[in-house]
Amino acid sequence: MDLSLFLSIIIGNIFINNFILFKFLGLCPFIGVSKKTGPALSMGVAVIFVMTLSSIITWCIYHFLLLPFNIEFLRTISFILVIASSVQLAEMVILKTNPTLYRVLGVYLPLITTNCAVLGVTVLNVNMFFKGGYAPSASFLYTVLQGFCAGLGFLLAMLLMSGIRERLQLQDAPESLKGIPAAFIIASLMSLAFMGFSGFKF
Amino acid sequence: MTQFLAPILTLTGLGLLFALVLTFASKKFALVQDPRIREVMEKLPGANCGSCGMAGCARFAEALAKGEAALDNCKVCSEEAASEIAGILGFELSLSEKKAVSLRCHGGKKAGDKFIYQGLKDCQAAAQLLGGQKLCSYACLGFANCQRACPFGAIRMSAEGLPVIDIELCTGCGKCVQACPRDLLVLIPRRGKVYVGCSSRDPAKVVARVCEVGCIVCKKCEQACPVEAIKVVENLAVIDYDKCTSCGECIKACPRKIIFGRK
Repeated sequence: MDLSLFLSIIIGNIFINNFILFKFLGLCPFIGVSKKTGPALSMGVAVIFVMTLSSIITWCIYHFLLLPFNIEFLRTISFILVIASSVQLAEMVILKTNPTLYRVLGVYLPLITTNCAVLGVTVLNVNMFFKGGYAPSASFLYTVLQGFCAGLGFLLAMLLMSGIRERLQLQDAPESLKGIPAAFIIASLMSLAFMGFSGFKF
Repeated sequence: MTQFLAPILTLTGLGLLFALVLTFASKKFALVQDPRIREVMEKLPGANCGSCGMAGCARFAEALAKGEAALDNCKVCSEEAASEIAGILGFELSLSEKKAVSLRCHGGKKAGDKFIYQGLKDCQAAAQLLGGQKLCSYACLGFANCQRACPFGAIRMSAEGLPVIDIELCTGCGKCVQACPRDLLVLIPRRGKVYVGCSSRDPAKVVARVCEVGCIVCKKCEQACPVEAIKVVENLAVIDYDKCTSCGECIKACPRKIIFGRK
């Protein structure tokens, strides 16, 4: 347990190593679902949920299955399998127990099951918190925290982008730049701005 | 041998385990769902275009089966499919009600301003700046997005800066409903001749401060209605058009004169 590591995971994942704006993972929902703030928020919440869930599950799979049998090379395929089916399961449970929440997350849950950002965070967890093939103490906690904070970072980027794009729609932009082209330019500017965070290394 | 078997067994095992769990869960968590929803869903276009205002065809089918949505909300559906859906749900297609739009705010100049707004003459833009220039957060902003959205010229702006709806030209297409950032235009069945011209959910104290013509939750309309069609829900009078007989008693009873009649 190391408090400074906790802090650096939180700040690092939300701002400095933001999954969208620094690592460039999960760009399709970033462009596709960022037209309005409402859906962007739902998407972000769904991503937080899926990332946290899959971080927990893949940690267990890696720790109790892949490591003992020395089959780390199955990491990618088994992670995808596990993430996809566990999200399916979670979707069923939510649909049964909480229809309102299901309507909020709705189409976004199945959309992001095999999103690269989700796989990215699990692979990153394994790379960071299983140094030399064994799990240091509190590695599980770090993993969950990293999954959650990566989702928060995703949500932040989505909200910023959707807010900007809502306003952008009203502006008198050149015909050829309206819509997606302007969104790409905005995305690159935002990314540049977020790169500024890596100036303060924690 | 182990290095050969372990990966195969692990992956198969994992796959099998999750397959079993998912099968089990799909049985256990199976929703007791109206079987008509699935049938209706199959007849809908399935493009999830959202023009009906619902999140996808599945949600629309659900709303149809519950009677919350009208079939003509779907603009993509072919006539053939529509009549089949009507058959499944057991109603005649011609019965689907014609609707016309009504405005739920009559503040205009009587609803005070928070600040002087000098930005784009566009409701969407105004709504994004500090929640709009009106003191009342439910008030019409008056930049005529609905007028511009109306393909039939049924909306014009009054001198007060409020949209006026020509009910004879209104086709109930709902374009203006989507254009309004404040959700002030509502589609009401044509047989409903009475509507409430306010959408404020604020308590009476707040309304009295920000607007001269907002609903102050006095419940006089509730008492005046002979058929209990008007109810105050969350600080606002709401009319149930299944019960309303358009007798007009509530129009007379309202002390703020914000219940209106229409043709």
